[in-house]
Formats: sequence, structure tokens, C-alpha cells
Amino acid sequence: MIAVRPRPLPVWLPFKARLVPVLSTMAGSAVVLLPIVAVGPSMPPFGLLILLAWRLLRPEMWPAWVALPLGLFDDLLSGQMLGTSMAIWTVASLIFDWIDHHLLWRDFWMEWALASLTILFAVVGGWAVSRSYIAYGSVVVAMPQAILAVLVFPALVRLVAALDRWRLAR
Amino acid sequence: MAAPRHRRRGFSRRVQYSLFAGYVLAVVGVMVAVALLAIAHLDPRAFATLRGIAIDAGSLISGPPRAIVRGAADLSADVDAYFDAAAQNRDLKHRLDASERARIGAQALTLENARLKRMALLVEHLPRPLLGARIVGSTPTAARRFVTLAAGSSDGVRPGMAVRAPEGLIGRVFETGLIASRVLLLTDGESAVPVRMARNGLAALVTGRGDGSVEIRGLIAGGRPFRRGDLALTSGVGGVYTPNVPVAVVVTVTGDRAIAAPLADPARVGMALVYPIYQAPSEAAPSQPKP
Repeated sequence: MIAVRPRPLPVWLPFKARLVPVLSTMAGSAVVLLPIVAVGPSMPPFGLLILLAWRLLRPEMWPAWVALPLGLFDDLLSGQMLGTSMAIWTVASLIFDWIDHHLLWRDFWMEWALASLTILFAVVGGWAVSRSYIAYGSVVVAMPQAILAVLVFPALVRLVAALDRWRLAR
Repeated sequence: MAAPRHRRRGFSRRVQYSLFAGYVLAVVGVMVAVALLAIAHLDPRAFATLRGIAIDAGSLISGPPRAIVRGAADLSADVDAYFDAAAQNRDLKHRLDASERARIGAQALTLENARLKRMALLVEHLPRPLLGARIVGSTPTAARRFVTLAAGSSDGVRPGMAVRAPEGLIGRVFETGLIASRVLLLTDGESAVPVRMARNGLAALVTGRGDGSVEIRGLIAGGRPFRRGDLALTSGVGGVYTPNVPVAVVVTVTGDRAIAAPLADPARVGMALVYPIYQAPSEAAPSQPKP
């Protein structure tokens, strides 16, 4: 009798498991639709934070270009010039891929530090890209937002981990 | 914890090629995004349809609950008003008396002004507001300062129109969707409003600083032309804004520049009035004198 070889694990995850990370990142971008009228950049960029949390939790899940459509969605909602988040998020993903090749040991503090640097890069980059040449605004304006984002990040990592358990549950 | 081995290539050609294609796509995508940014710097109204659809969809979500958030803010202000009510009452009565006297004086001045204008055969076409609309949201994460207005191109709102509240100028319409539009606030770095100071009539320019305050610069450099508490009014130069709309009050003076606070706070203002462009630039080029 010919032994039936066990089937290899399915490469394609179920629909829910693939959709939850994308939808949660888009929901993070859509937080700007809360009916709050702010006169300064006060809210952390939740879309970027959730993208980073997914990227650190599941490095293999997404190719680097996924940040392009997600960044376009963020640009459309956040009112920045089209291309701001697209460029910054994708460059951040590429840098993360490079870091993953060279880093052997990683713990939570290391991931938080990496995420903090990325947040700082994204906030300052967003400020530099949308800076105009008639006013002399300073980058200090964007710092409260960056600090708040760094402090909020661990909570979002927990949220994303819970979402990850839920999406993979059978 | 050891880092998970990342993007293991193995010996499968298919996996290797798809990994490589993914990186090529990402790098090309970044270049496209940088090109989009360059286009946005050269032509801020590019991709107006796509952005308009996003504005409309966003306003549908943030429109209805905005009333609740404002209600909560008003409630806290109401509770606040009860503290120290007696002293406040006395103070307000004094101020009411003073402003009543000022109002009677101003009425006489208005009459005299109208009479003088008739005598001088001076004709002014001050525009009437196009419509009033609710402010429903903003861009709290971005470096740009916009608010969303619940009226769009189907209501006749066009980019460039001035938006004001009773307290003062808010900004101008930047881009429109069908049922909602984005208003560029005074405090955005791209915003520049020609003003004159109410105290001495000095011509100046108000530009945003991105953090809720604005900077005032005199058109003539040097000296110390500003004082704390000075009021800036629109001058009407350039034809975008109606003259004599209050804009900002000087808070701190540094040399020949001043930092000022806008008079209308978009977070407190419920309704905003949209004004048509005061004097639209004429399409026809001025005729050249014959040589």
C-alpha cells in the first residue's frame, strides 16, 4: 500500500488572516476622521504605528511594497501631500528589511528603540516634506507628536498581538 | 530572543525571483512617490478628484459625531462659567457699560462715514457671504493645518474662497469635494495674508508657523513696529480677502517681527462663513500702450 504523504501546510492563509493586518492599519490611518479640530500636530500617526507593530511582530508577512498602498490611503485621509507617507513608510520598510538581515539578537527594548527611531524619522520627514519656504516654522513643533507616538507604541504592540492571535485562531 | 531568520532565500528560484521583484517594486514605488511629492509642490491642486473623494468620504464619517464633541466642550465651558460668578458678573457689567458708550459713538461714525463716502462718490463692492457651513474635522496627525468644512463644490464652494467666523478670519478654501472641502488655516506654513495694523495702519504679512500661532512681518524691514496687543486686520491687498476682517492679536514681539494668536479658534467655532473671492484677478491681460 502506498503511504499517503501528509499534505504540506497551505501557503495561502484564510481570507480573514490576510485581511486583518491591512484593515487594522487602515483603521489606524482613519483615526484622523475622529471629529476633533486640532490647531497643531497633536495626534500620533496611528497608521504608521500599527504598520510598524505588524512589521516587528511578523517580519515575513508583508513584502516591503505593501507600505505603498497603505501610505497612499494615509495621505488621502491625513491631508498631507500625496506621496509623503508613501515614500516615508516604504523607505522605513526597506530599512527594516536591511536591519533584519544584520541583527542576530532582538528583544522588546531593541524593537521599541527601532520603532522610536522610525517614528522620529517619519515625523521629521513629514515635517520637512510639507515645509513651505515662506514661513520659518521650526521642527520643535512636531516633537510633542513624536514623543507621544513613542510612548503610545508599546500599547499598540499589545493590541496588534491580540489581533494576531484572533486572526490566526481556529 | 534570536531574531527570526529573515527572508530566507533557500534554493528555490521562484522564491528568489519573487523576493527580488518585491524589492524592485518597492524602490520604483518610492521613486513614484517622490515624483508625486514634486508634482504636489509645483501644483498643489493636482489629483483634485481623488483627493475630493477622500474628503467627501471622511466628512461623512466625522460629520455627525462632531455635534456631540462640541456639545461636551460647551458643557465644560458652562460649568467653568459658574466658578467666580459674582466677580465675573460685576466685571462684565462694567464692560457692558463701556461698550454701550463705544457702540453709540461707533454708530455716529458709521453714519458720518457713509455720508462722506457718498460725497466722495466712492463705490465699494463688499461681497456677501456665500453660505455658512459647519466645521466637522481637521488633520491632527499631519504637518499641514487643515480643517474640513461640510460644504463642497455642489454648494458653490471653490478653492481660494475666504472663510471666516464672527470673531475673525479662519483661512481660505484649499480643495473641494462634492459635499465637503478642506480649509487651509491661517496657522499653516503655506498661508500668507496681507494685513495692516489697526494702531498705525502699517502694512504687514501674516504667515503661519504650524503650531497654532502666526508670525507678523512688516513689509518694510527694521525698527520695532509692533507692540503687544496690536490688532491685525486684512488689508484687501491682492483681492482675496475682504478688507477690515480681524485676523490676529500680537502676543510677543521679537525685533521687527511679532508672534500673534489668531482671533478665531477653529476648535471653538461651530459655523464658518464662506465668502466669494473679493476681487477675482481679471482673465484678460492689460492692453499694452501702442509704441
